[in-house]
Amino acid sequence: MDETYDAIVLGTGFKECIISGLLSVDGKKVLHMDRNSYYGGAAASLNLTQLWERFRPGQTPPEKLGAPRDYNIDLVPKFIMANGNLVRALVHTGVVKYLEFRAVDSSYVLNKGRVERVPATDYEALRSPLMGLFEKRRARNFFLYVQSYKADDPRTHGGKNLQRMSMADLYKEYGLDAMTIDFIGHAIALHCDDSYLSQPALATVEKIRLYNDSLQRFAGTKSPYIYPLYGLGELPQGFARLGAVYGATYMLTKPDAKPVFEGGKFVGVASEGETVKAPIVVGDPSYFPDRVQRGGRVVRAICIMSHPIPNTDNSHSVQIILPQKQVNRRSDIYVFCSSYEHNVAAKGKWIAFVSTTVETQSPEQELLPGLALLGPVEEKFVEVTDIMEPLSSGQQDGAYISKGYDATSHFETEMDDVLQMYTRITGKQLDLESKDPRKIDGDD
Amino acid sequence: MLASDTGALQQAKLVLLGDMGAGKSSLVLRFVKGQFFDYQESTIGAAFLTKTMPEQNVKFEIWDTAGQERYHSLAPMYYRGAAAAVIVFDITNTESLGKAKNWVKELQRQGNPNMVMALAGNKADLADARAVTTEEAQTFADDNNLFFWETSAKTNQNVLELFTDIAQKLPRTSAQPQPSNAGITLSEPPQQRPQKSGCC
Repeated sequence: MDETYDAIVLGTGFKECIISGLLSVDGKKVLHMDRNSYYGGAAASLNLTQLWERFRPGQTPPEKLGAPRDYNIDLVPKFIMANGNLVRALVHTGVVKYLEFRAVDSSYVLNKGRVERVPATDYEALRSPLMGLFEKRRARNFFLYVQSYKADDPRTHGGKNLQRMSMADLYKEYGLDAMTIDFIGHAIALHCDDSYLSQPALATVEKIRLYNDSLQRFAGTKSPYIYPLYGLGELPQGFARLGAVYGATYMLTKPDAKPVFEGGKFVGVASEGETVKAPIVVGDPSYFPDRVQRGGRVVRAICIMSHPIPNTDNSHSVQIILPQKQVNRRSDIYVFCSSYEHNVAAKGKWIAFVSTTVETQSPEQELLPGLALLGPVEEKFVEVTDIMEPLSSGQQDGAYISKGYDATSHFETEMDDVLQMYTRITGKQLDLESKDPRKIDGDD
Repeated sequence: MLASDTGALQQAKLVLLGDMGAGKSSLVLRFVKGQFFDYQESTIGAAFLTKTMPEQNVKFEIWDTAGQERYHSLAPMYYRGAAAAVIVFDITNTESLGKAKNWVKELQRQGNPNMVMALAGNKADLADARAVTTEEAQTFADDNNLFFWETSAKTNQNVLELFTDIAQKLPRTSAQPQPSNAGITLSEPPQQRPQKSGCC
């Protein structure tokens, strides 16, 4: 192992695997290592044996749950926006051919203690009890404005400067009431808290458009989300395969892999008594304890059940958002559910996740409003995770460190981090709109 | 996906396994493109090929290891949904048969139980340097329910025969009704739609 590489990547998480795949496609010689015996790092999907090893070491999963290998349980539950940047990256790189996706059945929101469907069509919106008739008319005008808004066409701006105007003021222009604002901000724009209200409106307008474009991206879908068969752990595996096809070397089960710095600059990675040299290292925060700080904390519960979540029309995959105000909090609670239909559990089993940003000293208690929606649960695992962030950009010390996975319900902020890391490392912007001309294809 | 009927043509994922240098890529390139190179580079860019055998009514999606077998970093994704596997060894290298035996064990652990498995003793043209007897390989194949061909990617010996044999042994799935939320194809362009006012 006395070779030198153009880059060494530590940890096979979602972000690290995209970066190693992209760098390999660029012709860089990449070595990718992980301390674990499986792909995915902090965002892996575990089978039951691995899940028990993590949460209940020394015990074995009960037989009534079925074959342990039929399970693929996400450690960081998220859904994929059908028209978001992750889908673009999958198509751009051709990784899409290694994966299969299905739409997520539906999206719900907690409103006055009841679980209500987030309308997916005009017809559903008209019948939805979420707003009164007059409020619906006002909301319709608001959405018409948002959908016709084009940043480069002032005629669509209606005399408003969304780069300056706050989102709260834009809502005010349309006379929307507090309940509607809560619904739009949290169930459509998917903000986790209300800090966005004082920010310029443009960012939220773009988030609303992303939601609508995602809803309409594929025919017949009832939610803006898609999800891969066999769980999110397929994403890093797919991008790792891309890297391998372009010559990257992957090594798992390197428990002692550690970056080495000299004079404050990265020089190589030490493992099993040898040091492999490279000018830069890319990795997840867990490999760089001295170069990261805590940004926030997330609490997540994983629940195994034999039934769909009540009041969700027997959905096999569903998201329920509990907006902060509905549960007297500062940040939203998210409920995700998927089942054997997405090949993440044994036949007849559902996996539900409840997660939120930690606000108090007793994080598990904070999940109770979400857990209360699930009905009886067969097994429950709770984990509190620190979201670590790099202290510097990497351009000084050669260590490009990703941010931990945040509390948001989808991958858009994670993709922002990946794209920014790619630009910091290569000095280039990644154009996700162009299809890769070097894409490999079959004979016909 | 397992072998599944899509209209007339049955699609089947086929994975290759075996020691580095046993000739996995050469075998596939010979089968898919009719090519052979004496100095085939370690797998780059040939990790996903398709080949239709119209007379067998099968379209193979062939996955090569892309070098990920070297440090045992093949992902579960690789084995997932594979309808067939070809385990390749080099008849001039005893050690490569040992590796093939390990891959068979790995497949029995990770793969789907109905997978069609074939053992290919490659480089059969190098008879002078033979280190593994036909009998030894055949016995191993019989014990593990594999069918066995001695192949040469260089001379094209038994390559078509091997893949034809696999195609004929694939379990034919009866046409099943599509589930209500069938898979979606991400690479399709966005659906054409009239301008709508959004969700409300």
